[in-house]
Amino acid sequence: MKRLVLAVLAAAAFQGAALADTVKIGVIGPFSGPFALQGKNFKAGIDAYMAMHGTAIGDDTVEIIYRDVPKADPAQSKALAQELVVKEGVQYLAGFYFTPDAMAAAPLLEQANVPMVIMNAATSAIVTKSPLVVRTSFTIWQTVTPTAQVAFEDGTRKIITVVSDYAPGHDAEKAFQAGFEKAGGTIVEQLRLPMATNDFSPIMQRIKDSGAEGLFVFLPSGPPTLGFVKAYNENGLNKAGIKFYAPGDLTQESDLPALGDAALGLRTTFHYSIAHDSSENTAFVAAARKAIGNPAELSFPSVGAFDGMHVIYKMIEATGGEADAQKAVDAVKGLSWASPRGPVSIDAESRHITQNIYLREVSKAEDGSYINKELRTFEKQGDPGLAAAK
Amino acid sequence: MQSALSVAVDALAYGMVLFVISIGLSVTMGLMRVVNLAHGAFAMIGGYIASYATQMLGIGYAAAILLAVFGTIAIAIPIERLLYRRIYGAPELTQVLMTIGITFMIIGIANYVFGPTLKTIPLPGELRGALDLGFRSIATHRIFAILCGLAVAALLWFLIEKTAFGIKLRASVDNASMAAALGVRTEIIYAASFAVAVGLAALGGVVGAELLPVEPYYALRYMVTFLVVVSVGGAGSIPGALVACLLLGSIDTAGRYWLPEFGEFFFYLSVIVIICLFPRGLLGRRA
Repeated sequence: MKRLVLAVLAAAAFQGAALADTVKIGVIGPFSGPFALQGKNFKAGIDAYMAMHGTAIGDDTVEIIYRDVPKADPAQSKALAQELVVKEGVQYLAGFYFTPDAMAAAPLLEQANVPMVIMNAATSAIVTKSPLVVRTSFTIWQTVTPTAQVAFEDGTRKIITVVSDYAPGHDAEKAFQAGFEKAGGTIVEQLRLPMATNDFSPIMQRIKDSGAEGLFVFLPSGPPTLGFVKAYNENGLNKAGIKFYAPGDLTQESDLPALGDAALGLRTTFHYSIAHDSSENTAFVAAARKAIGNPAELSFPSVGAFDGMHVIYKMIEATGGEADAQKAVDAVKGLSWASPRGPVSIDAESRHITQNIYLREVSKAEDGSYINKELRTFEKQGDPGLAAAK
Repeated sequence: MQSALSVAVDALAYGMVLFVISIGLSVTMGLMRVVNLAHGAFAMIGGYIASYATQMLGIGYAAAILLAVFGTIAIAIPIERLLYRRIYGAPELTQVLMTIGITFMIIGIANYVFGPTLKTIPLPGELRGALDLGFRSIATHRIFAILCGLAVAALLWFLIEKTAFGIKLRASVDNASMAAALGVRTEIIYAASFAVAVGLAALGGVVGAELLPVEPYYALRYMVTFLVVVSVGGAGSIPGALVACLLLGSIDTAGRYWLPEFGEFFFYLSVIVIICLFPRGLLGRRA
């Protein structure tokens, strides 16, 4: 009897060891619904990384398990994260397009002994929710702060801010205000618009009447962005010399064909342009376009996912495929590498990515497609949002 | 004063776009008594056809509008014969379930065929500029939308109130079996008015695309707005829908200009007040 129990235990142990040879990564993101394009970009970034670096790390094989949260839904995100850890036995959680989804899953990490690699969600505070969170995307404070500097250096002194009335919009409003007022400019008015705004003409009139020399805007990408940029041109704001400042979410590459000539000349600040000129980026774009199918659909979340995979591969290397979340996270603190977006590193203290932020202008490439052409580089930007929250 | 005038111009333009897109739904809900939640989906199909025709085939804008209207009707007729015919006169819940199902299927197909990105319908040169009104400028395509709205309102009113077809339609709606007994081919009447409603949806989808850009979730995104217009105006009433669009357009635009921080508060508040005062809508027909 004793021998039998031992045999069973040994078999179980052996099987356990064999199972560890496959390291599972659970990716949560919007793979259906109105934000499916962003989820598709996660997948393209991940597929591109695995196509370029293989699926084997030492003796271990990496396996990705996708879970769909179509729109910001903290309860579902938490439930799926739990399911991934308990039922699928994932060693890493990754993805997370929306901040509330990441926030909801973060408290599970320590007990589950699982690190989380955020590939998009852009609110500064997420990294403070658990010591096992690492982020490879950007924060709104990080991309917006240089915009304020650009505006001031342009000679613009009076700005009106226009944001969608949701948390990222409020973040952008605060970040711009902080940067612009610190430089010495004045915010003449702050507008918050409902998410479901279709007609921006009255807003344009309001902007004109405010006496501002420039506007700062942050809206969710897709239909609102298109409507806003069109209204900006049609109501003669560009002719009136009211300057346009926004972070690059507004001119993401997948929206540019629809924006067309209306967007030409718009300047935005962001961490990544598909037109970034480097050999790493050329290789990445080729692989990611192949993975996504339609080249016009490639956009910034793909690079967050690509670098997220890089971080996870380094974690797996450091732990030898064993489940040790703290060791994995410690291994990537201070890690620096050449990303498709430029040189990046993981800040040891905040576990957020330090990267270059670029000032870009929407222009026409030689082949007639629209690109975000990089004009200027703000090097090694950390996340000012965390400091601002203290 | 100047800003009030400016808001009035924007309100008129926005209201007329709403009218062009929603009037088809008013016809299906008021005259055919079908709660057609797939209305936005048909508008979206029209938008996709026009976008494809202008972008990929290089067809002109006017021809693209015609193609969108008739193409959408051609797609909708088999759907009417196979699916909608079964729900005429069915309880509202059945209609809602059926049409929301159709909507989701169309969204899925659009997403699969055209991808999730925004699609635009390039305007011809004549509609691209802006017209100077002295105190401000207004985009030419908005004037075009206003004219389309007025033309649609006039033609539809004439069709329903003044022609033999309109008489037969109203007769079939009020008492189908009596109309059939008197020799009215109700099936054909229904199919024809369904085609008219779908054609109007497609027209609205194309003309309104500058304001409501075409993408797979179009069908759901604006559904509430369409339903609000129809219920405030009174289902089936063309003047009612016109009044509702202008009223709601004004309230929405004015609220957005003077008190943007209140969001859509005034829009929905006015909807609640109107529905409380006029449960059948402003100019709704008595059942």
